[in-house]
Amino acid sequence: MTRAVFSPAANGSAEQVPDVDMSTSLGSLELPAPVLTASGCAAAGRELDQFFDITELGGIVTKSVMLQPRSGRATPRMAETPSGMLNSIGLQGPGIDQFIEKDLAWLDQRGARTIVSIAGSNVDEYSKLAQKLRNVPGIAGIEVNISCPNVENRGLVFACQPDSASSVIQAVRRFSDPKMPILAKLSPDVTDIAEIAHAVVRAGATGISVMNTTLGMVINTDTMRPALAGVTGGLSGPAIRPIAVRCVWQIRKALPDIPVLGMGGIRTGQDAFQFILAGASAVSVGTVVFNDPSAPIRIQHELAQQLADHGFSRLSDAISYAHRSADADLIADEDEEFEVE
Amino acid sequence: MSNPVQIRGEVLDVKRAGNYFVISLTAPGIPEITRPGHFLNIGIGGEETSMLLRRSFAIHQVQMRGMYGGTLDIVVGVSGPGSQWLSERRRHDPLSIVGPLGRPFILPKEKVSCVLVGGGYGSAPLFMLAEQLRERGCRVDVVLGASTEEKLFGTLDIKRLATTLTITTDDGSSGVQGRVTDVLPDIMDKSDSAVVYACGPMGMLAAVASVASEKRAHSQCSVEESMACGIGVCMTCVLPVIGDDGVTRMVRSCVEGPVFRGDRVRWSDVGTVPADTWGAPVEGGH
Repeated sequence: MTRAVFSPAANGSAEQVPDVDMSTSLGSLELPAPVLTASGCAAAGRELDQFFDITELGGIVTKSVMLQPRSGRATPRMAETPSGMLNSIGLQGPGIDQFIEKDLAWLDQRGARTIVSIAGSNVDEYSKLAQKLRNVPGIAGIEVNISCPNVENRGLVFACQPDSASSVIQAVRRFSDPKMPILAKLSPDVTDIAEIAHAVVRAGATGISVMNTTLGMVINTDTMRPALAGVTGGLSGPAIRPIAVRCVWQIRKALPDIPVLGMGGIRTGQDAFQFILAGASAVSVGTVVFNDPSAPIRIQHELAQQLADHGFSRLSDAISYAHRSADADLIADEDEEFEVE
Repeated sequence: MSNPVQIRGEVLDVKRAGNYFVISLTAPGIPEITRPGHFLNIGIGGEETSMLLRRSFAIHQVQMRGMYGGTLDIVVGVSGPGSQWLSERRRHDPLSIVGPLGRPFILPKEKVSCVLVGGGYGSAPLFMLAEQLRERGCRVDVVLGASTEEKLFGTLDIKRLATTLTITTDDGSSGVQGRVTDVLPDIMDKSDSAVVYACGPMGMLAAVASVASEKRAHSQCSVEESMACGIGVCMTCVLPVIGDDGVTRMVRSCVEGPVFRGDRVRWSDVGTVPADTWGAPVEGGH
């Protein structure tokens, strides 16, 4: 296909990508590179493939798909906020059957590594989605979006309670290929995110995606009403980055052996580096795509540069590096001195 | 269709035009593949900006030649900090540009009579369109309307492209006092128009599409929906549109529009999800 002209930034850094081993893994899910798209910010990859080669990324996390076709909410669905945006789309999408037939087939043929994000309104819908995806080729992993209102429990979001979060993950685990990596995507809007992480891991999640948007609201001062038709919306973008880094850090501390896919407001390779240092094995980039459609590949190149600049020859050595003990620096310093001599 | 490109352009000139600013840009690779009705997405506020969302502008004019290669013009109406920033750019300032985006106007194969209707600076994309229609030998009647004279755009320049030009203002400060649709039926009768092209606010487009339907003319309306990404991924710029199969879907105005057939948009339902929309909420959840 015809390749679009790259942004000068993406193109320039592509030529001088330093020699860093960027391969990583999320449990059994091996990735040649650590940057993925974030669900809902890349549709099913096709649009972004006009701007850069999506197969160079670690993977494409597709927009959350539900069992049935879905119109989404009324407009306005979006409001710009300082260094971010608020959205309330309502999971507009084609439904799982058409998704498999069209979007997934395209991604597979294109050679992208695809993490399919699924969303449901009750546990049974998640089970059915897992069944639909079973034995479908071209799926590297499943990300379970549990930040959806549970219609069977007063519309409370699954991700906000350990028991409802784990019942969803249990259902997806039960109906999926036993070898299929399953990432539970957590919401930051909880009192203790480590408790939720524990619950979903016990239920069979092989990794944690963190974080989803955080709930926010904007009032339009012209109409003097909520800016979004859905009243509240999910806040995303660099404004929420410190919350996301904190979530990754807390989950890494609580569950040192569970791989984390980190996301929330990543705009540059330096931002991505923070997530890796905090304990993420890979990162997803979302809202920045609206600002810079080639951001995922740019960030991947910038992250390689960050790693090289800090003396890492392998990404895997930098994962959780911010958690090292105070002594570790002394030992490292001694090593360095020794080498110099 | 050509793929959009993401490029670094440069400001060549910023000119004031009534209430608006006409910004001329270099945009390597874009003018050559631009068609009337295409739009651009421009990054606002520089690399460290806190305004993440690009602003969308209809491409007003393109120039293929010149010492800078291809260049193009956009028209900016200052309505917030983003458009304000853009209006303050000066010669040689860099701009991050993505384009050309969207589905352009469809031009008739025959030399039919066309009416072009612009509301406010919605007239911007009609200049290229008028030019290309004239080149095909079409009659081009133009109607430009706004609330008041200062909010009209391009009334002098479009004269050379138009067979006739009619101006309306709500307050009567220029041309006929009233709305574009007050004069449109008469113009369509006189010119025996087969196609109406329109760009402007949603209310105006709805009214123009309705006049076109009454006159059994084809209409092409370019909508101005607020967008986050402009490239088809965010799903914020949707409106209810009836497809070839008769089914209403919430479609993205950035990639399936911004130009729609006037008889396919459910104008009175814009901003809502009509109950018979594909995938609309049903009682008891989805």
